[in-house]
Amino acid sequence: MTNTILDINNLVVSVGKKPGGHKIIDGISIQVRERETLCLVGESGSGKSVTSLTTMGLLPKGTLVPTAGSIKLVGEELLTATDRRLRQLRATQMAMIFQEPMTALNPVVPVGRQIDEVLRTHTNLDARARKKRILDMMEQVHLPQVERIFASYPHRLSGGQRQRIMIAMALVLEPKLLIADEPTTALDVTTQKQILSLIRELQRDHGTAVLFITHDMGVVAEIADRVAVMRQGRLVETGPLDAVLRNPTMEYTRNLLASVPSLVPRPPREESREPIVLEANELSKVYKERAFFGKGREVVAADKVTLTLRKGRTLGIVGESGSGKSTVARCIVRLIDPTSGGVRLAGREIADISRRLLQPHRQKIQIVFQDPYRSLNPRVTVGESIAEGPINYGVAHPEAMKRARELLELVGLPADAVSRYPHQFSGGQRQRIAIARALALDPDVLVADEAVSALDVSVQAQVLELLDEIQTRLGIAILFITHDLRVAAQICDEVVVMQHGRVVEQGPAAEVLTHPKQAYTKALLDAAPGRDWDFANFRPVAEDVGATL
Amino acid sequence: MLGYLLRRIFAAVPVMGVVALFVFLLLRLTPGDPAAILAGDNATPERLERIRTSLGLNEPLIVQFITWVNKLLHGDLGTSLISNLPVMKMIGQRVEPSISIALSTIILAVIVAVPLGVIAAWKHGTWIDRFVMGLSVLGFSVPVFVVGYILIQIFAIDLRWVPVQGFKSISAGFGPFFERMILPTCALSFIYIALIARMTRAAMLDVLGEDYVRTARAKGINEVAVMMRHALRNAAVPVITVIGTGFALLISGVVVTESVFNIPGIGRLTVDAVLARDYPVIQAMILLTSLIYVVVNLLIDVAYTLLDPRIRY
Repeated sequence: MTNTILDINNLVVSVGKKPGGHKIIDGISIQVRERETLCLVGESGSGKSVTSLTTMGLLPKGTLVPTAGSIKLVGEELLTATDRRLRQLRATQMAMIFQEPMTALNPVVPVGRQIDEVLRTHTNLDARARKKRILDMMEQVHLPQVERIFASYPHRLSGGQRQRIMIAMALVLEPKLLIADEPTTALDVTTQKQILSLIRELQRDHGTAVLFITHDMGVVAEIADRVAVMRQGRLVETGPLDAVLRNPTMEYTRNLLASVPSLVPRPPREESREPIVLEANELSKVYKERAFFGKGREVVAADKVTLTLRKGRTLGIVGESGSGKSTVARCIVRLIDPTSGGVRLAGREIADISRRLLQPHRQKIQIVFQDPYRSLNPRVTVGESIAEGPINYGVAHPEAMKRARELLELVGLPADAVSRYPHQFSGGQRQRIAIARALALDPDVLVADEAVSALDVSVQAQVLELLDEIQTRLGIAILFITHDLRVAAQICDEVVVMQHGRVVEQGPAAEVLTHPKQAYTKALLDAAPGRDWDFANFRPVAEDVGATL
Repeated sequence: MLGYLLRRIFAAVPVMGVVALFVFLLLRLTPGDPAAILAGDNATPERLERIRTSLGLNEPLIVQFITWVNKLLHGDLGTSLISNLPVMKMIGQRVEPSISIALSTIILAVIVAVPLGVIAAWKHGTWIDRFVMGLSVLGFSVPVFVVGYILIQIFAIDLRWVPVQGFKSISAGFGPFFERMILPTCALSFIYIALIARMTRAAMLDVLGEDYVRTARAKGINEVAVMMRHALRNAAVPVITVIGTGFALLISGVVVTESVFNIPGIGRLTVDAVLARDYPVIQAMILLTSLIYVVVNLLIDVAYTLLDPRIRY
């Protein structure tokens, strides 16, 4: 029997101090033991982050208050501990790493000093001993050139390096409990894989108990020993990883797993003989940094990208951050001007025509953006947002509004939503509105730039289904930009894999995603979390293959 | 860094050039004969002719400009029409009081306002926050002369701790200089305390919501260290901007305060010159004020780079 490190019992967290306030966390009980990783899984609003912040004592004071239950860290009650005692426990007994390594470090202090602060606060070591310990820890998290990074400011480091710094900072005093709140969500898959194995490795070496919070079932499959599923502040299901993935007992867990898009590409549709609606020919975008004296720096964001898209088909551009996939999308839509190369839209060259001449062609290509919370004007009604495009092209207002109502129904929203404002809708609904807005102009091509990346998996599945349905009904061509290979596998007919602004590999999705030819594509696929699991069918992929053989 | 400084100083040259051209044209392009404007209403024809020759008004415009700039670069700003003293000398006498008041005011304001703003943000929503904000509204709304006269009444007339008004150069000893500085500094810093405290609070509130503040707390360091080491430095950029522009405003003259406390500063010199249409002095004051703003802005930008390593030019 190993020791229980964290014991949360019947915890309730409410809004405000008064009794009867809305319960954000409603009676959850979880335990994490030494050397164990418990994954707390749930969609947005499930209360998983609040649980972790409550444990650390970092809830915003006065707004969220634990009102019942207990949290014990190695037998010591945390909810009644003084602020002073909590400060002593942080970093020494329990430590936390956060989602956004880009913002979690103080931008104006060198990273070495930020780690040093932990040691200065909690130990009596002298400066030399502290530095030695920090450099040692930095080596343990596999940072290169530790002396140089020690003195670097956060903005000089990559996202993965910053997250390593965060991990070094969290583990430098060997705490018994590590809380990791979506630590890899903001990272590229290849980096994510490294960080996950790093956490595993350090856990093995130090015997740390890990409470790992994530929304990503793939990550769960990679790292969890046990899984706790949360929904709306309640615990839905707990159990060992294998049991939860194979035999989920609760309906919600089943649905959650069934929504995870499979890495196995959907059956290919037959070759299309439809006309080509969009062509990019050796499209390049170079950003020049102007210098006052001397030579400016050049950044090649897209390098001779060539692609074709036929009517009624979906072409995916996949790649990690900085691969140039969004740059290509924006050049094609002419939100930015390409440096060289051509874009043919319905047979007409639009890469270098003036903005004024471009105007009539704009309606043929429309774009849906990543963040549905920011891409709709909050002060304009949904109907006006949708109707704005057609009105621009000369459609009378009543007619455009009528069309807006029809479009809302097409994307699965009630027609009377036209008079409401974006904040009255959920993220998934807003993305539907954004799609309706794009469709309002009857475009030939719909560009979806990470259009489902900000959504929960269950909502993501619905939006993907919607796009598919719209394509079948309207015969629209979709250019789908994503970093998520699972999503690409489920919606794309062809894929283009990009890295450092260049196309690495392109071809039918079924081919590229199952038999990649290039090392980079292989690495990407290899890094996809949970690649060994076929979540929707509650079994490992290997068994699936075994069954068909 | 040095390269950046040189570039910035280099870039200030055209700015000052444009200002100089404007100042030069100010007199030449005013309708009527510049000499007549300069000489005033009761000038004799001989006096007019003398002014014309001395200003070179009979030369072509471009020659006039070159001559004028050349003189400017040699520190010759002309002669006042009223006092007949060289303008350079007049300004020289006024610079010390103005710089002294500006420095002492800004130092006092920063010392008082920054902690107030930090505490208000830290105790956001409590009575401390509301008290500081109330004080700040008061500081904005009470005119500086009212504060000035109240201070004079209490500390100079009733208590007789300090002289009522006037200015003594620091060369006459620190004591007399200092006791005459206290009241104007306090009166003037009132509004700057209000302004800087407000700015500090707003900037701190922004920063306190940042992830790295949460990280700092998760490290178990105490709240004072969280505020000072992590929050304040990140909140400093907008605060420095306000302090800098406030300082430039102070140096280029605070007429009301100078009048209340009878201080011979740049503000009163400017107003007197404007009222008397003493063009050479007005020209000099415009040039000086522009120069002050260019220098202060340069200093603010340099401060940015020191405070935030991400800002590089």
